[in-house]
Amino acid sequence: MKKLINDPNDVVAEALLGIEAAHPDLQVDHHNKIIYRSDTPKRGKVGIISGGGSGHEPLHGGFVGLGMLDAACAGEVFTSPVPDQMLAATKLVDGGAGVLHVVKNYTGDVMNFEMSAELASAETGARVLSVVTDDDVAVQDSTWTAGRRGVGVTVLLEKIAGAAAEQGRDLDQVAQIARTVNANGRSMGVALTSCTVPAAGKPTFDLGEDEMELGVGIHGEPGRQRLPLAPAKEIASLLVEPILTDLPFSSGDAVIAFVNGLGGTPLIELYVMYNEVNKILAGRGVRVARSLVGSYITSLDMAGSSITLLKVDDELLSLWDAPVRTPALRWGI
Amino acid sequence: MDENVTTAVLEEWVRTFATLIEQNRDYLTELDAAIGDADHGSNMDRGMKAAVAALDDAALTTAGALFTKVGMTLVSTVGGASGPLFGTFFLRMGASFGDSDTASPRDFAAALRAGLGGVVARGKAEPGDKTMYDALAPAVDALDLALEAQSQLATGLKAARDAAATGRDATTPMLARKGRASYLGERSVGHQDPGATTVALLLEAATESSF
Repeated sequence: MKKLINDPNDVVAEALLGIEAAHPDLQVDHHNKIIYRSDTPKRGKVGIISGGGSGHEPLHGGFVGLGMLDAACAGEVFTSPVPDQMLAATKLVDGGAGVLHVVKNYTGDVMNFEMSAELASAETGARVLSVVTDDDVAVQDSTWTAGRRGVGVTVLLEKIAGAAAEQGRDLDQVAQIARTVNANGRSMGVALTSCTVPAAGKPTFDLGEDEMELGVGIHGEPGRQRLPLAPAKEIASLLVEPILTDLPFSSGDAVIAFVNGLGGTPLIELYVMYNEVNKILAGRGVRVARSLVGSYITSLDMAGSSITLLKVDDELLSLWDAPVRTPALRWGI
Repeated sequence: MDENVTTAVLEEWVRTFATLIEQNRDYLTELDAAIGDADHGSNMDRGMKAAVAALDDAALTTAGALFTKVGMTLVSTVGGASGPLFGTFFLRMGASFGDSDTASPRDFAAALRAGLGGVVARGKAEPGDKTMYDALAPAVDALDLALEAQSQLATGLKAARDAAATGRDATTPMLARKGRASYLGERSVGHQDPGATTVALLLEAATESSF
């Protein structure tokens, strides 16, 4: 294992210290491992919090700021934060208009957020709604499984719901917009290498030099199948086709096309992928209204990419275009 | 059948459970590595050590306060899915005992069933999903049956322990339908469920305590 760390056990705590030092707009509660906006709570504004295991940076802490999240709770690497953290974050950001919890669909995350919402209601009477993202088409969506995993759509949802809250919409409206985003977005990823969890010190799974894992999860969970490595053109097709079939997207639809890096893949390769994705979409008559290319929801040092397509209307687009000022997304200001 | 369960014995049960978890920490983590994310043993050990420390600091006189403290501590320290599940189990047991100073064997069985209800409410598990439910539900049923047959509580707990062990073993051929193991589909078959294994230890701890 080669990593820029001091002690594997201190990675999360020391990264939080770095975030606090680098971003004066943000504050950090080190005891509860919460990154939050300096100006929170804002009276009358719906508060939005998210959180999850660490190792997916910039998700979620890098999306705290004006027009996006009010607070993010950091768990240990790939481990859900505990209810105390979300309870503290909920209290921090509640400006009287209620709080939205954005939760990725993993069993631990869902249960810990659920308990925190119950505790928040019992302790403070705060109104809490939750939206669970489950956009990973690699997982069979069935009542007989934990269901689809929350991946790339989470980034787009936090931006769009954050804009809606910033504009002063009420909790029900913000939650409804968030649910619309989740319902209209689909993702799929591919790994070229495993990731290495600092505390484990060795790769989570073995993947040969000439192999790739199609449909991989952001914690290194197994995907749909293991295939021989292929040119970007073929990989783009293997990712985009299942997405297009699943919603389904049709000719004339407008989308936000998001090509994401999983942590160990350079931007130049992501643009090679974006070119291929763009050609496939053009061939289907799907119009790319906006794009996002970069590493925004990662799996530590895993090489690979995920594609997310979100079907958008004018309202979602205008919320996407609204000003945002966070460490990882920043425009219009 | 009439002997009451003291808070001291219940505390002994919790402490014995913590010891068994410590002794089986690596084993539980190995089981989890096969179908989960390789942290069940270390997470439970951290949680139960915190629970024992909390009991050291607070002299709790009622069963309700005891289990509420254990449950809250697990929720705050374990993380993942096990924190809310085992935390809710103990919290519901605590709520079932309430403020009462004494507890009968039937109160204990009712509390155990309330704990099971909490696990179901939190985890939405059904029989055969390859979860802690598959060891806990048979154990709760076995204790109820034994008490109905006028058995001593200690005898009923032995039946519950055996039922939990049988339920734990039965998870091996099951296909996981809940949690991270469910992403593996068919590849989850042939592995014993770590959560069910922990439940079997919980009941084993009960038979090693002075009920």
